Amino acid sequence: MKNYIKYLLAGIFFGIVLIKSEVVSWFRIQEMFRFDSFHMYGIIGLGVVVAMISIQIIKRKNIKDMEGNAITIPPKDPKQVTRYLVGGTLFGFGWALTGACPGPLFSLAGAGYSIMIVPILSALVGTWVYGKIRPSLPH
Amino acid sequence: MELIEFLRQPWPWYVAGPLIGLIVPILLIAGGKLFGVSANLRHACAACVPGDIEFFKYDWKKSGKWNLVFVAGTILGGFIGGWLLSNPDPINISAQTITDLKALGISDFSGMLPSDVFNWENVASTQGIILMIVGGFLVGFGARYAGGCTSGHAISGLADLQLASLLAVIGFFAGGLFITYIIYPFIF
Repeated sequence: MKNYIKYLLAGIFFGIVLIKSEVVSWFRIQEMFRFDSFHMYGIIGLGVVVAMISIQIIKRKNIKDMEGNAITIPPKDPKQVTRYLVGGTLFGFGWALTGACPGPLFSLAGAGYSIMIVPILSALVGTWVYGKIRPSLPH
Repeated sequence: MELIEFLRQPWPWYVAGPLIGLIVPILLIAGGKLFGVSANLRHACAACVPGDIEFFKYDWKKSGKWNLVFVAGTILGGFIGGWLLSNPDPINISAQTITDLKALGISDFSGMLPSDVFNWENVASTQGIILMIVGGFLVGFGARYAGGCTSGHAISGLADLQLASLLAVIGFFAGGLFITYIIYPFIF
């Protein structure tokens, strides 16, 4: 269990940032989809830039992880256009309906919005149904 | 106590964005892990109700235990951020959004969610079913179909210059805009 403390701490950090930045706010998501504020775009944009620079440094300096292993990021297959566009669009439907993506769903539940248990359970059902019908879906 | 007061204010985007971006290298360096939240929904299915489904037949402890611990932390972080460090003032949403949402009938702008819509009494109404149950289902289904959610594709994937993630993010926004502009007027 000792090896997992670092992931718990990283998760706590993430949960606090999601709340304090108001990324978890249904209103902020509405504002984003209505292009009324730069807030969410600034957060996602700067998040991507900082992560991108970090990944480049890790790759170029061949930095190893804390367990001494080389760090590799498995590439995703861009030839599966259908799954990314159709799956992505379905996710976007859910994102706008609930006003939350998975991280904020969990963070909101922790913040005392117990009603978020409903979309979390539905998301589990959605995941299960995807697994069930996966062989017959185009990817 | 001054530090607590300082932390209680909402954090601006130029502080929060880099902090979220830093989760990517933190997890890579901690153990070569790739930041992504929605995979936990699959791990939970694999752990609890795998059925006889190929997609859930894998060693979830080996590949997913770290991530389930991470998401437990996210819940705990929500508690800390939402209770101990909570901002007492309403969120500073743009006036245009407030006008548009008021026109849809939303009146409570005090919390993170409109309490007149997201409450237990409303779960079984047509509106509640569409927003919370169908919405949640699509979050789970869509995230696995697309192979990731906002964290896995929009942050980790774009940062690693993955074309697949760009396609997924285009889908995220296309779907979100369709619901916001075309569907919302019918469900409010």
